[in-house]
Amino acid sequence: MGASGIVGGLVDGSGHHAWKERGALLLGLFFVPAIIALAQGGASTFATSNLAILIIAGLLVGLGTRIANGCTSGHGVCGISRLSLRGIVATVFYIGAGGLTVVLFKHIWGII
Amino acid sequence: MRSLVAFLVGGLFGAGLLISGMTDTRKVQGWLDIFGDWDPTLAFVMGGAIIPMAIAWQMTKGRTALLGGAFPAPSDPQVDRRIVIGSVLFGAGLGLSGLCPGPAIASLSFGGLSGLVFATAMIGGMAMAPTANRYLDGSPQTA
Repeated sequence: MGASGIVGGLVDGSGHHAWKERGALLLGLFFVPAIIALAQGGASTFATSNLAILIIAGLLVGLGTRIANGCTSGHGVCGISRLSLRGIVATVFYIGAGGLTVVLFKHIWGII
Repeated sequence: MRSLVAFLVGGLFGAGLLISGMTDTRKVQGWLDIFGDWDPTLAFVMGGAIIPMAIAWQMTKGRTALLGGAFPAPSDPQVDRRIVIGSVLFGAGLGLSGLCPGPAIASLSFGGLSGLVFATAMIGGMAMAPTANRYLDGSPQTA
């Protein structure tokens, strides 16, 4: 239902029955922000340029959302809005783990 | 028609992510920085998304979708270890990068090499998930 499921279903083939709709949605998700960013002369994103951090973080996000079956949009928005216990538990754990990661890597170790 | 609607839905989602600041990795990390310099503003983005979505769920009751296909079934109340393990891994990656799957795609056009590396690794992680899930629950991944 969320972004990770739509992308992940194409990656592992579990969503192949609706590949056209999934592909069209992802094209919209890519092109519309691209047009807005172009129109307003750029957009701010401040991702680290540390390749090791980017690769590890990307692997964790991809693997984690597909193990948990959802990300911010799936569990966080679609799940919580219908009071799904799974969505609420997932959101508590990913925000908690994210908070702990920021404390460790930013404030204690100063890596990010 | 279904694909056109899907394109528009993706576009609206992407515009919302960009305008609300979800594609700004500093803002996302600031929102997670509960014990440091906490930036609570993204709570309004999430709240602002949950409220109309809750209304939308109410509206689906007793109706069928205009473009065919059933609405998603009521959620399975079973909280298994995959929910916890997966979300902890996801949260760690989110904290490290400030990117989650929707914004990672939405910011690809202006995220430079960093955005491309992250999205490629994310797709790699997703490709590894069915193997991890077979190990975690002993059955192949469904949708």
